[in-house]
Amino acid sequence: MNAPLGSLDRPNSYIGRAVTRPNAKRLLAGRGRYVTDLVLPRMLHAAFLRSPYAHARIVSIDAEAARAMPGVRLVATGADLARLCTPWVGTLDHFKGMKSAPQLPLPVEEVLWSGQAVVAVVADSRAQAEDAAEAVLVEFEELPVVADIDTAREPDADRAAAGIEDNLCFRSRLDTGGIDALFAGAAHVVEEEFHFGRHTAVTLEPRAILADWDASEGKLTVHHATQTPYQFQDLYSRHYGIPEASVRVIAPDIGGSFGMKLHVYHEDMAVVGLSMLCRRPVKYVADRMESFVSDIHARDHRVRARMAVDAEGTILAMDVDDVTAIGAFSTYPRTSAVEGNQVIRLMGAPYRFRNYRAELAVVFQNKVQTSQYRAVGHPVACAVTERLVDLAAARAGLDPATMREKNLIPDDAYPCESPTGYKFEALSHQASLIRLKALMDYDALRAEQAALRTRGIHRGIGIASFVEISNPSPAFYGIGGARISAQDGATLSVTPSGEVRCLISVTEQGQGTETIIGQIVADQFGVAREKVRVITGDTEITPHGGATWACRGAGIGGETALQAARRLRDNVLALAATILQARPGDLDLRDGLVVDALSGAERVSLAEVARIAYFRSDTLPPDARAQLSITHHYAPQGYPFAFTNGIQGCHVELDVDTGLVKVLKHWVVEDCGRIINPLLVDEQVRGGVVQGLGAAFFEECRYDDNGQLTNGSLADYLVPMACEMPDIVVGHIETPTADTALGAKGCGEAGTAAASAAALNAVNDAMAPLGASIAQIPMTPERLLKSLGKI
Amino acid sequence: MKARAFDYARPASIAKALAAFAEADGDASYIAGGQSLVPALALRLQAPARLVDIGHIAELRGIAVEAGWLRLGALTRHVDAHDHPLIAAHAPLLALAAPHVAHPAIRNRGTLGGSVALADPASEFPAMMLAMGAEMEIAGPDGTRRVPADAFFVDLYQTALEPGELLVALHIPVARPEHRCAFDEIARRRGDYALVGCGIRLAMSGDVVEEARIALLSVGPTPVRAHAAEATLTGATLDPDAIRHAQAALMDDLDPVDTPEVPAAMRRHLARVLLGRLLAQIAEAA
Ligand SMILES: Cc1cc2nc3c(=O)[nH]c(=O)nc-3n(C[C@H](O)[C@H](O)[C@H](O)COP(=O)(O)OP(=O)(O)OC[C@H]3O[C@@H](n4cnc5c(N)ncnc54)[C@H](O)[C@@H]3O)c2cc1C
Repeated sequence: MNAPLGSLDRPNSYIGRAVTRPNAKRLLAGRGRYVTDLVLPRMLHAAFLRSPYAHARIVSIDAEAARAMPGVRLVATGADLARLCTPWVGTLDHFKGMKSAPQLPLPVEEVLWSGQAVVAVVADSRAQAEDAAEAVLVEFEELPVVADIDTAREPDADRAAAGIEDNLCFRSRLDTGGIDALFAGAAHVVEEEFHFGRHTAVTLEPRAILADWDASEGKLTVHHATQTPYQFQDLYSRHYGIPEASVRVIAPDIGGSFGMKLHVYHEDMAVVGLSMLCRRPVKYVADRMESFVSDIHARDHRVRARMAVDAEGTILAMDVDDVTAIGAFSTYPRTSAVEGNQVIRLMGAPYRFRNYRAELAVVFQNKVQTSQYRAVGHPVACAVTERLVDLAAARAGLDPATMREKNLIPDDAYPCESPTGYKFEALSHQASLIRLKALMDYDALRAEQAALRTRGIHRGIGIASFVEISNPSPAFYGIGGARISAQDGATLSVTPSGEVRCLISVTEQGQGTETIIGQIVADQFGVAREKVRVITGDTEITPHGGATWACRGAGIGGETALQAARRLRDNVLALAATILQARPGDLDLRDGLVVDALSGAERVSLAEVARIAYFRSDTLPPDARAQLSITHHYAPQGYPFAFTNGIQGCHVELDVDTGLVKVLKHWVVEDCGRIINPLLVDEQVRGGVVQGLGAAFFEECRYDDNGQLTNGSLADYLVPMACEMPDIVVGHIETPTADTALGAKGCGEAGTAAASAAALNAVNDAMAPLGASIAQIPMTPERLLKSLGKI
Repeated sequence: MKARAFDYARPASIAKALAAFAEADGDASYIAGGQSLVPALALRLQAPARLVDIGHIAELRGIAVEAGWLRLGALTRHVDAHDHPLIAAHAPLLALAAPHVAHPAIRNRGTLGGSVALADPASEFPAMMLAMGAEMEIAGPDGTRRVPADAFFVDLYQTALEPGELLVALHIPVARPEHRCAFDEIARRRGDYALVGCGIRLAMSGDVVEEARIALLSVGPTPVRAHAAEATLTGATLDPDAIRHAQAALMDDLDPVDTPEVPAAMRRHLARVLLGRLLAQIAEAA
């Protein structure tokens, strides 16, 4: 075990290998078990009647006809559920001054957005529940709709919800000082007003929940398509007054989540209460229309920003004003302020300048709640910074790559701290830029671009450096009072046949968590990968932990698995030493065999050690410690976050007559520290890039002035599809974190963090010779034609 | 969402289909490929008491050439427009348009009759019926009749079909050697309904246009014939000037709706760009 991690010529050296996923075949064979697939005896189905208005008072509800319809078991209103469930408020203590109106599963007096669930119907089938929901008569009295972020903040503005005194959820200021003087004295100042549209996750599997209240035992079992079963165990327990140990949350196979399945949704909370009222299992699966009007949305920022640069092109300072609208309340329990907070703190993060000022306003309005979605805040901070860097480069007469060479934090400057207070352990911006230029063949692309321009072909090249937050410590939520764990736990056991079972708190949504955990355990314990079975996502079985969000699965969950595997290995070797009358230090475990550490000669098999431990303990001395199961917890220590970094390049061709953009190719160089599985890292990066390009060109939740979503279907809300996506080339730099033995940082959000920024720069680069520019995403044909003066 | 309950009939002949529809007192819907109807049922935008499935009626099938006309049974699928040699030879505009219609899974089920009967103004095939001068064969309680495409598309989702009438076949005058055809569309994603689409059939004598038929999609409540543009081209030599004149005239042909996502000015601009490109493509090939 002395060879370093990541060296691939050890026995069982899985860390760093591009192995395939053990669960892929099962899912492809149709043997996945998603919540939708589950059928329980006596199970009922819920459907919801939704508000047609963005803001209204509920005058009356008449459910008599609905109650008499075929198959209907229950029609429940807000008042019915309020008797069971306590309200929740989406604030965190460390966001000082933050406020939000209390929420209940279903509203009692006031609806806050169009599409909000108002009345629940439970019936023998979903179709019957929908039939009956149509027969419920609700009288609404329309209230003024708060839609615009500027009028929302005026002193006498209508309020988005009755429970708040004004429409400002949260504000924050950062100021290092010295800004005004630097801007006044700068050789160049560039500035821009940016608009980032709302978009949403569009997971392949929509939200799904099956709650099963067993009144005989006072026990609640919830099968829930979520990333964070422990968080929901805690919430269901506290809001429904059920002891935590009597609440079991099972997250079975999950078809994507991207942060969307982290949050409390009104329907999900309601379904738990519906099961309690019916004393039967109740299932609810959101359909696509419901997903659009009830899943969290993300982004929706207007950022005014400027950058000061000296005559040589050295960045001196940034000054930023971000206004973001989040819906009528803040999401529970992680709030809707994290995105804005990360936007203003990630601005300029890859660069050396020291002076920074930012203002953030988080505003209520009558739309669906927004909250954390893949790469929270990163794409906004990255696009603003990188576009300003390009504008400044043009002003200073520098090529964009040269501008970055000049201003990126040098690779030998670590550890260091950003002007916004983020502590960087070790990043590799310069090495990443060098690698990117080589991968892109940057100079040749520039030459080709110039040649094509003379033929009326408008290509653009955009690059964008980024910093990504991963492996969060309790500094993220714990200090704010949220019962969201920053640690993870694993229980490892050797089976009587010498295999390993690993129960771990990190969860799988399709990204390959179980695969990498299996690799780490096999590698560090010393068995073939096929011998390790990884089990996740059941609060009754797996130890309590943070689960999967903020790119913590590999870094924190992986380190937990590593430390647990080493401890179990020590236990096995100690027992083997007793059996063999040898010293544990002279033994090693390789490929399922206890061997002589020096010669590698086999001494006894793991299966034999397990057999003796489980079935012939009588042959062991009385003081032998046959502990073949261990539970181990690990919480991040050292840096509050493990920052990662990278850079992306985007090559586009703009049709200046139609406003259509073809993305020709996209490149990413990223540094997530130790790579556990290159295949999975590349796929995470590619998937993330596609979501970023979706934001750049296609995805936007569009509303009219009455707060009505006007494109809530997959016919009108455009997600990126294979035909429009380019080849995505991925390169790696590896700078492991020294905070853990594993050295892994996150990689799941890297692709999304900078893809839209690179695309924005590329399109602007294509338009620059025409004197046009754009500072809004998505860059639709309509917006591009307007920028180009064609319409 | 789940569709509301309905009853289901699967007649084996046109006569039985008309009868099955009539029995439902107007509260029925024919279903062919189901690619437009089923989503509408699931969304409860439509909730007929009865579905009359016409998929098993042999009289509605078949692709054949008779006396200068290509007859396409209403159940001819989109994939046939994509692949069938008789369609490629005699109705090239359909073959050119087919790859732009949705995606393979939908093209395998969707029928030309369903597309034309639905008459979505953003659909490719209805507009191509206009460009090709097709005629629709319609069966009703009083027998059958043929309606030319120019009279078939009446208003938004409204055609010459009376409630309960069945579209039996599409009759397309077979392409002549002097025909030059072009189709393209501008869509944000491959397979989407287009922002603007255009099909052109020019009868050429050398580089002179003898007859022009131009139809556009997604520019109004129905598929739209570009009469003004056609008029400028007729008798003209297909050169850059003629193309510019046709583009200018096209502006008189179009009155698209204005939405925040796609302003009318944008559709007009895109239609103009597309027409210019397609005419240039024909001129270049000549
Ligand atoms: C994801 C998706 C993308 C799509 N993209 C496109 C696209 O890009 N372009 C495009 O043109 N279409 C598109 N479509 C629609 C598709 O082409 C439909 O198949 C077609 O519009 C209808 O044909 P159908 O046979 O499925 O008709 P159905 O859905 O069965 O019926 C449609 C309507 O026509 C009526 N009808 C059907 N046949 C007859 C008949 N013989 N006589 C009288 N009435 C009849 C039905 O009563 C119904 O009202 C798309 C569909 C989907 C699901």
